[in-house]
Amino acid sequence: MTPKYLRLATVAVALLVFFAIIPLAFSASPYVLNVLTNALILSVIASGVWLTFAIGRINIAQGAFAMIGGYATAILSTRYGVSFWLCLPLSGLVAAAVGVVIGWPVLRLRGVYFSMISLSITEAVRLAFLNGGEFTRGASGIINIPRPDAISIFGITLVPEFDGTSPLPYYYLAVLILTLTLLSLWRIANSRLGWTFRSMRMNEELAASIGVNVAKYRVIAFAICCFIGGVGGSFFAAFQQNIYPATYTVNDSIFAMLYCFLGGLDYIAGPMVGAFLLVISFELLHPLQQYQPLIYALLMIGFMLWLPNGILSLPLFERWMADTAPRPEEGGRAEPAGAVSKVSSTGRSGA
Amino acid sequence: MSVLLSVQNLTKRFGGLVANNDISFDLKRGEILSVIGPNGAGKSTLFKLIGGFIKPTAGKVIFEGEDITGLPPHVIAERGIVRTFQETTIFKEMTALQNVVVAHHLQCHATTWGIFFNSRRAREDEARFRDNAAEILEFLGLSKVLDEPAGSLPHGYLRALGIAMGMAANPTVLLLDEPYAGMNPEETDQAVELTRKLVQRGITVILVEHDMRAVMRISDRIVVICFGSKIAEGRPEEIQSNETVIEAYLGREDAALGV
Repeated sequence: MTPKYLRLATVAVALLVFFAIIPLAFSASPYVLNVLTNALILSVIASGVWLTFAIGRINIAQGAFAMIGGYATAILSTRYGVSFWLCLPLSGLVAAAVGVVIGWPVLRLRGVYFSMISLSITEAVRLAFLNGGEFTRGASGIINIPRPDAISIFGITLVPEFDGTSPLPYYYLAVLILTLTLLSLWRIANSRLGWTFRSMRMNEELAASIGVNVAKYRVIAFAICCFIGGVGGSFFAAFQQNIYPATYTVNDSIFAMLYCFLGGLDYIAGPMVGAFLLVISFELLHPLQQYQPLIYALLMIGFMLWLPNGILSLPLFERWMADTAPRPEEGGRAEPAGAVSKVSSTGRSGA
Repeated sequence: MSVLLSVQNLTKRFGGLVANNDISFDLKRGEILSVIGPNGAGKSTLFKLIGGFIKPTAGKVIFEGEDITGLPPHVIAERGIVRTFQETTIFKEMTALQNVVVAHHLQCHATTWGIFFNSRRAREDEARFRDNAAEILEFLGLSKVLDEPAGSLPHGYLRALGIAMGMAANPTVLLLDEPYAGMNPEETDQAVELTRKLVQRGITVILVEHDMRAVMRISDRIVVICFGSKIAEGRPEEIQSNETVIEAYLGREDAALGV
């Protein structure tokens, strides 16, 4: 099988497993379904971050945008009675809008400076919700967020109401959201848009010289990232039926980034692989949970040193990836995604 | 020949350092103009000012009758002035062909949504860019390395690839940054021929170069700058015999001029 068909077959098998086999096997085990739903939506949120890696920015702000999406859903549904199905895309749009406003000035920064700012965005947004007064209800958060209601057209029920007796509907919805997210990212990565993003990661000055409006495209990438984060946050709000300023912390932003590193920045499935691996392994190693940040940190250092291109770059997966983009020559990915890009490229000439 | 680009009293100060001091010259349609000067004279600064990568302290750049001073680089590229970089500046992790396909950005007809949903127009764009990129690479003698990762190409190829990317942006004026640096005489001959072929395609060329022999052979006119100021302008033979130039800049290197 050529790599192309191998990948198609892998996707087909994955869809079958997620949509049919897992629900059948674990329908009696809400715990397993809850863990998987968690992993699925964390994959969605991390997939957004993957796109900012594509333009060469290490983004540690995703927790903030998941939180904005979550609060948008919480406020719209509890206060204005908006249906969850409308809240879901709206929350994404709210997060994207905030992303554009914050991203426009902040994305001028590169490398470690952008990362530092993005880290503080997570904290700033948390504090904003904490001090939001009656609007966000401060530290006590917003509780009793309604479950997704039924969708029916002309009296025919397309989606039954989520009654909370089984986590299965949430699980299906999470699989659907992840599928759509990965499909969108796959389209972006394989279209001209993806090449434009990559060209900016490799050299923004050169991209500008061939006519790319660098400022515009990096805001587009960041807005898509925030949209995806907002949708993920919206789902979590309805899934857990509550949201607090402490729901997303700097840790969550860092984990979203870590999932990308772990899976591999070159691969659309990277964030998903990373999220599933870490979420599930920590469920299995429950007694170690208190050391989670420590183990994550060690893992991250280890991966940067020994496997800078992620798990999917292992020879084991080579057959799947054989015909994708050319490999960087000098293993340059040790500086993540060329984020520390060459500012001055006019080496040895005169002034 | 009509004036295509007019640089008027361009000045750039970096703090106390005057990198470009009151530089003026005209570029005529269809010519090859070289900017020469010793290291640190301000040649690259001049290129960056024209290309919009930095903003001038004073002065104007007029292109096709319009003031383009201080516009961002992508807008200036859209107007038709495209800058190529020195050899190492290419998209290293893409193949040679992808580099040139990406450089067709300005010729995109499809909208961003169209690209996302792979509309008919986006597919047409892509097919057109591939054909055109292959044609440009063949024109520059790179058809053998289409699918090589650009980062692994040898020096001479890299420079040609940079020019190919510039051509893909369909420029009226191409700014070539040291196109002949580090080449042996044979390679330089080929590259000089190539520059002539660019002009035959209707592209006007400004180049910054150190290789005097090549500059004297290829240029219609030469602008000499020294310590940020223009000290001479004229045809190659005028520059070769210009007292100020020889004294200020070429004094000890006149052998290289062939005088």
